[in-house]
Amino acid sequence: MSDPTEPRGDAPGVNEPDADVALEESVAASPDKGTAAQDAEAAGSGPGPRAAGGADVPPPSKWHTMLNQIATGNAIISVLAVLLALIVGAIMIAFTDERVQETIGYFFARPGDTFAAIWDSVAGAYSALFQGAIYNFRRDTFAAGIRPLTETLTFATPLIAGGLGVTLAFRVGMFNIGGRGQMLIAASVAGWIAFGFDLPWGIHMLVALVGGLVGGALWAGIAGVLKARTGAHEVIVTIMLNYVAFYLVSWMLRTPGLLQAPGSSNPKTPPMKETAIFPELLGPQYNLHFGFVLAVLATLVVWWILNRSSLGFKFRAVGINPNAARVAGIDVKGVYVWAMLIAGALLGLAGVSQVLGTVTSGFTAGIDAGIGFDAITVALLGRSTPWGTFIAGILFGAFKAGGFSMQAAEGVPIEIVLVVQSLIVLFIAAPPLVRTIFGLPDPERKKKRARKKAMKEVAAK
Amino acid sequence: MSTTADQRPIAPQPAALDTTTVTSWKAPIALGVFTLLGLALAVFAPRPGDTTYRLSLARDVIQLPELVVPTMPALWSVIVLLALATAYSAYLVSRKRRVPLWLIVVFALLAVFGFLTWAGAGASLPMIGLLFGSLSLAVPLIFGSLAGVIGERSGVVNIAIEGQLLAGAFTAAVVASVTGQPLLGLVAAMVAGMLVGMVLAAFAIKYFVDQIIVGVVLNVLVVGLTSFFFSQVLAPNAAILNTPPRFDRLPIPILSEIPIIGPVLFRQTLVVYLMYIAVALVWFGLFKTRWGLRTRAVGEHPQAADTVGINVNRTRFWNVALAGAIAGLGGTFFTIGSGIAFNREMTAGAGFIALAAVIFGQWDPIKATLAALLFGFASNLQNTLSVIGSPVPSEFMLMLPYVVTIFAVAGFVGKSRAPAADGKPYIKS
Repeated sequence: MSDPTEPRGDAPGVNEPDADVALEESVAASPDKGTAAQDAEAAGSGPGPRAAGGADVPPPSKWHTMLNQIATGNAIISVLAVLLALIVGAIMIAFTDERVQETIGYFFARPGDTFAAIWDSVAGAYSALFQGAIYNFRRDTFAAGIRPLTETLTFATPLIAGGLGVTLAFRVGMFNIGGRGQMLIAASVAGWIAFGFDLPWGIHMLVALVGGLVGGALWAGIAGVLKARTGAHEVIVTIMLNYVAFYLVSWMLRTPGLLQAPGSSNPKTPPMKETAIFPELLGPQYNLHFGFVLAVLATLVVWWILNRSSLGFKFRAVGINPNAARVAGIDVKGVYVWAMLIAGALLGLAGVSQVLGTVTSGFTAGIDAGIGFDAITVALLGRSTPWGTFIAGILFGAFKAGGFSMQAAEGVPIEIVLVVQSLIVLFIAAPPLVRTIFGLPDPERKKKRARKKAMKEVAAK
Repeated sequence: MSTTADQRPIAPQPAALDTTTVTSWKAPIALGVFTLLGLALAVFAPRPGDTTYRLSLARDVIQLPELVVPTMPALWSVIVLLALATAYSAYLVSRKRRVPLWLIVVFALLAVFGFLTWAGAGASLPMIGLLFGSLSLAVPLIFGSLAGVIGERSGVVNIAIEGQLLAGAFTAAVVASVTGQPLLGLVAAMVAGMLVGMVLAAFAIKYFVDQIIVGVVLNVLVVGLTSFFFSQVLAPNAAILNTPPRFDRLPIPILSEIPIIGPVLFRQTLVVYLMYIAVALVWFGLFKTRWGLRTRAVGEHPQAADTVGINVNRTRFWNVALAGAIAGLGGTFFTIGSGIAFNREMTAGAGFIALAAVIFGQWDPIKATLAALLFGFASNLQNTLSVIGSPVPSEFMLMLPYVVTIFAVAGFVGKSRAPAADGKPYIKS
């Protein structure tokens, strides 16, 4: 443990919140090296309160800790990060707005016009975003007004499932960029079962779902097996498998007898059969489907696997230090394979919920809709924890739903959402930056001072 | 594990230390699979006729005769040679010797020749066009992989290559369109790529944010920014902002008249010549200069480097910035390099392929360049074959480079070793 970088595992996002702890540890030059690792683990395994560090600091009262955490902790950083990202987005919206550009020409003559134009463009865009994502005040009834929220949850469903797949792989120290391929294969298998077979209601859906999950799992399993058996880097293999899956599915989609709709020359499948489609949760006027329930269940399952099962313990052990895990008797290679299988099944769920829930009228090779890559950002924002990923998935779902209505209502390109999303992740990943911008106190400073004092005392002795 | 170790007879301790050679059957197995694939092609899908290789362009000074090969005899002889190479590699491994790299290269060349002959039966293959196009398609990949090599050699994983390429393509298009000067576009692209690199470096080095996170997020950010400005600003004013001039071809006087090599290598644009220089410079710099030694030291063992007085984080910061500039330069290929207007996400994953080339090329600039060339060749092969009418569905041809990469990574390259401190922030104690 003499290396100060040691407590940081290879799993991206797992120990990241504690980078400053590690720094502080190394400044304090080791009265309690062990706590950094414990802190890292605690932060990695859940959004629980951070261990208070040094043994020489008396444990503060509960209320004090809570207040302190609100002021300096992760929650306020997250809120400020979102705020900051929205401000940057607002600047972009304002400066590309035509009215603003017009009025800025005579800014010194009538500055009020410019500010009014900026306010109009930004407020218009963000209220459209809100009304498209959560509640539309322009509708008369509550049932119609709440529709955007259900849209948000519908968009969030594959993001949550996919994000969980990336999260799980992260926790084992693997980077699963293969979401696109896993989703495509899962969607193809599930879709093929859903339109090609006649089975009774319920059973049909279940068979298609399981088929899709298995398809996604096996596709990701290729990467897991190759990593375990030959040491092939999973980043390369999953990227390559994305392309292989895309071309494979494209070929199947334009080959009659495989996935192509009979009698059609388009690379598109026939619509899914009624018996296989996910039931609507809230009735026909909403798009929200059973897939959301499955995403919630998946979150529970992943939480249970990671935090309550022995398999999850092995996963985390390998993620933090594969060599130590091997010495401890954990079958590291087996863990790699299992982790990729489960991760693939989760991304498979994202693919299945797309074909059986969201787009049931037949799909093309673009069915993944970039979710495989969005899932990475979701997992990062969720800090590689199951519930964090769940919340991040809903947030990104809201941005997606709102982004479309913003584009339709205000003409602001939906890509602004990508910018805001990525800035949020970037700011959340670097708490010191957010603290500097808003002039917040550094939660480590107090501890650092205490440590330094203790160090001096030790040195004096 | 322990039981197998126990069953092994314990040899009497020899006086001199035994050298253990680790051999693996992966290479012969992979070669065998490819040989069997070739055999299946010959048995189940024989194609009669001759294959013509056109080795010169009509306007070349020195004309080479066309090479006509009878398809099936050629394919069968290739298969026999492949089988021999596989057997030889198996023999080597059974004698506890390593399979040399030249054998794999020869095998790959033979396999490509066999496949081309089979696919081009009854048609004539324009070899110059095939190779020329391969080189062109490989240009952004090579720049990207050089950026990846520099970054990772100094200990910073650069997933943001894709974003740097895209930022370079965007800036080059805008600046070149506005000024009418492709050279200015080139400089602007380097600055844009460098800025992305600096953001990556700042977050990774100053704030210790996980480098993979920053890289992934920066990719999304650049995609978002460029697409946003494309639809908001560029698309409505395309005539002013998005009609980039293109670089002219600059044939090098004497070299361009060498048969085959000349038209492929020396009738290119400035971007490609810069690429030759960049590859040579990065190789020379990394392995022959003080800068390279320091860069590698910082990537392998930052503490040791720090102990001898190298400023680890400053070295890393400027290397990542430099890498960004190189990647930005590669991005110019998409717009001013080919005279195409900027479009949303026009790099289409080239940065990720470049990343694969870095790892495939074992973090070595020359090998990574070769890997990038392989990718370029494979994608252009599909274009060429679809023109002459390929018997294979185009999707499978497009898939081929990726499948080959998976095979190669799993079979030939095996466990590739990254620089020891790759991806780990250095926190000075």
